[in-house]
Amino acid sequence: MSHSNLYEVPGARGMRRNRLLAAVFAVALAGLAYVIYTRFDAKQQWDAEKWRPLLRGEVWTTFIVPGLLGTLQAAALGIVFSAVFGPVFATARLSEHRWIRVPAASIVEFFRAVPLLLLIFFAFFGSYAIIGVNVSPFTAVVFGLTLYNGSVIAETLRAGVKSLPSGQMEAAQALGMRKGKVMHLILLPQAITAMMPAIVSQFVVLLKDSALGFIVGYDELVDRGLNGIAANFSNVIPAAMLVASIFILLNMALDAVAQWLRRKISSGRGTGSTKGGDTAVAPVAEPVGSV
Amino acid sequence: MDALIVERGTILAAFWMTLRLTVFSALGSLTLGTVLAGMRVSPLPVLRAAARAYVTLARNTPLTLILLFTSLGVGANLGVEFSDRVDTNNFWLAVVGLTAYTSAFVCEALRAGINTVPLGQTEAARAAGLSFVQTLRLIVLPQAFRAVIMPLGSILIALTKNTTIALVAGVAEASVRMREMIEVYGDQVIQIFLGFAAGFVVLCLPTGLFFGWLSRRLEVAR
Repeated sequence: MSHSNLYEVPGARGMRRNRLLAAVFAVALAGLAYVIYTRFDAKQQWDAEKWRPLLRGEVWTTFIVPGLLGTLQAAALGIVFSAVFGPVFATARLSEHRWIRVPAASIVEFFRAVPLLLLIFFAFFGSYAIIGVNVSPFTAVVFGLTLYNGSVIAETLRAGVKSLPSGQMEAAQALGMRKGKVMHLILLPQAITAMMPAIVSQFVVLLKDSALGFIVGYDELVDRGLNGIAANFSNVIPAAMLVASIFILLNMALDAVAQWLRRKISSGRGTGSTKGGDTAVAPVAEPVGSV
Repeated sequence: MDALIVERGTILAAFWMTLRLTVFSALGSLTLGTVLAGMRVSPLPVLRAAARAYVTLARNTPLTLILLFTSLGVGANLGVEFSDRVDTNNFWLAVVGLTAYTSAFVCEALRAGINTVPLGQTEAARAAGLSFVQTLRLIVLPQAFRAVIMPLGSILIALTKNTTIALVAGVAEASVRMREMIEVYGDQVIQIFLGFAAGFVVLCLPTGLFFGWLSRRLEVAR
């Protein structure tokens, strides 16, 4: 999206002024970067011996790769479970029966309102008192990720189903489908397609949130980076920067998938007959509030 | 219920800390997020690129890592010190970390809001001779804010819940107290969890309702 509409195309004077301003801001930003550089330099953060361990093969095989695998395992399991939890609770919340709808709604709203870290603490520190066994940090993390993100996905799907034209459900009922079939053959597939970009963006949130495992001692990337590498080579800052860049690359890849899906879905809409007002034209979701 | 009643002073203090973290970080992120959104639509490529790079970095890094980095990197290595007292210092460092993270989302929401402002508005502003900064400040941003009140509300709710992660920066807020209480009162885990969960529902539910009301009230009629 271009915002060039917000300002005039600069003339000769405007161009000179813009160049001057650009130079001033560039110098200011470079100055800020320089201050940070020298402050870190004064603490020997750029020293080669702090960065060289990050290039060593055994550092990658003992810390980074296992940490990354831990992060990916927790995230993958969280994604699978919340991809089951979401549709089930979306369907339950759209049920005609009050005794299904109301409990489902309260469960979804509850888990969306409670901070994820409290859910993980509840599972990790409270499990012994409740079920008599200590659950592993991994279980606690997956438990929290599933309930929170599953609830968010349930709400996303419910919004997707509600945005479908009522003709979809009426046509399915006219064909003699039962309620369950209408939902899982007609409504949910369209809702999932329309909301796919939002769902993938939620998976980015899930992947980032798996870093909370650090707090309960789960061996994921942040933990291996800061408690593993940094403890051995006393290079917290370089290790944190490496871990951050791995997360950024992973999330940007997932983001690119979401963008690609968004384009694919909106271009797929254009083809075919768009005459009938009852063809599904649910808006492609733009996830603004997923933090 | 005994534990919740016996420890009510500590719990209230913990939620008071949560509330303070939320308020200061919200004010900071609203300011920084607006500046970033302005940079992202500015005529200067340097500012656009800088803001885009910042938003990409901040929103794709886990908050846990950002808060660890503010306490280890910004605090210990950059030598930023807000106070001689450790807890006050940790508090402000946590606010810096939460602001750094949340402002990226505020910027993205505002940019979506800027996109909803019709072309005619900016064209009229330019025809009236307003400069870029004037167009943004007087015409575009007021309408953009009113269009994204609901998403800003969701971001505020997410921020409230995210303050629990400030425990990695050494701030004694709700999640720290909940962990301590579960360890001390092992027989009342469910009550303690539900009590703290209720605290967050009490903080977040009115926020959501208020922002829903506000967005309907301030909706731009077109």
